[in-house]
Amino acid sequence: MTQIEIELQQLKDEVRKMWELVSSQMVKSRQALLGFDKDLAREIVSKEKRVNGSELKIDTDCENLFALHSPVAIDLRFVLAVLKINSNLERIGDIAEGIAKHIIYAEHNFKPELLNETKLLEMYQVSIDMLNDSLISFETEDTFLARTIFTKDDILDDINAKANDNLKRYLKTYPDDIDHALYALSIIRKLERVGDQAKNISEEIIFYLEAKVLKHSRKKKIE
Amino acid sequence: MESSIIRSENFNAFFGKNHVVKNVNIQIPKNNVVAVMGPSGCGKTTFLRCINRMHELIPGATSEGKMLLNNEDVYEMHPIFTRLKIGMVFQRPNPFPNLSIFENVIAGYSLNGIKLPKKEKERIVEESLTKSALWKEVKDSLHKKGTFLSGGQQQRLCIARAIAMQPEVLLLDEPTSALDPISTSSIEELLFDLKKNFTLIIVTHNMQQAARVSDKTAFFYLGELVEYDETKIMFTNPKDDRTQNYITGRFS
Repeated sequence: MTQIEIELQQLKDEVRKMWELVSSQMVKSRQALLGFDKDLAREIVSKEKRVNGSELKIDTDCENLFALHSPVAIDLRFVLAVLKINSNLERIGDIAEGIAKHIIYAEHNFKPELLNETKLLEMYQVSIDMLNDSLISFETEDTFLARTIFTKDDILDDINAKANDNLKRYLKTYPDDIDHALYALSIIRKLERVGDQAKNISEEIIFYLEAKVLKHSRKKKIE
Repeated sequence: MESSIIRSENFNAFFGKNHVVKNVNIQIPKNNVVAVMGPSGCGKTTFLRCINRMHELIPGATSEGKMLLNNEDVYEMHPIFTRLKIGMVFQRPNPFPNLSIFENVIAGYSLNGIKLPKKEKERIVEESLTKSALWKEVKDSLHKKGTFLSGGQQQRLCIARAIAMQPEVLLLDEPTSALDPISTSSIEELLFDLKKNFTLIIVTHNMQQAARVSDKTAFFYLGELVEYDETKIMFTNPKDDRTQNYITGRFS
């Protein structure tokens, strides 16, 4: 292996570690929500510093690769993609932290009726799946899998679009649960953004592997 | 569409029986900088030397196919005329050691027996040295020997000597490989200015230099022209695996 290949592999390993950390933050935030586990929520907030540390480390590694190795062609696209994926992952980390803070501030647990009516758990599952699929497609260089993520994002968009109506219905039955309904609405918006970030990540994977720019393109999905 | 100034058609070059340039078809657009890169022995310098018929000066060297300058076959022109129209700058700066800076610049005329009035000589010297970004540095020492200049200045003097003949195309064979980074940078900056008036074809081993200075890049391997495209495309999304492996350093 040449020195640049070694350093690119090390960068890929760093990104994978950050991806796993962010994914674990998301999974834990769902657990904390379901079990109303404030200790777990605090752990998420505390681990957010590690996500930020990873982001800075990857930024520096990319900067060094540009300065010292002048990557070109697929290597250049890889480092450019990693820079953007890094930023997307860090934002997902922020979202997990934001959800954890809602759990910390909430006075009591989230009613199962609220979670069902808003399809919040379904959203969680889809967004975590999107994050995990994007990691697999990055590691295995599978652009077909990366493209499936665009379709999954439609599920999140659909639930998000219906969130107001779903919450109105819920509040008619539970008019005193306004605080938790607002937390739920905020979490739905956040999960929808996780979907957007995962979609951006998939675009970067396809850019790196196929040199195709899908950003702002409508022809992303598998026909 | 850009008009091409140099075009080769099914061009082949040989050293005896050794086939070193294989069936190359390429079009060089006017007022572009075209970089030619490839591993040692890939035929890039031979191809460059075929463009102005320097190749045939080597005993046993032959060529086949067409090499056109403005649609005229250079192999049907007088070789001296070809080399007037297609100048060349070599790897190591090679000013004539016994001539002054002034005499070096107009050497192409004096060596070819072309006599010019004094005023005309002065105009050519000033214009050529200005275009090669050397005038300000040497205008007060024009009658000193060219060999007193630094390596970078000597190379710019060689460029001035080449452009004094008002060529249409300038061939540069690794023109900065013997220079330090500052002199290299000054030559690279000069290439940007020169392409306003000339078409430049540069052979370089330095891929970053190719990326920095050229509009188009050609990649040669084992005598073949593997890929030729816009430099931006060659360095971000080359189509051929051999190009990608070469520029990313994974060539075996």
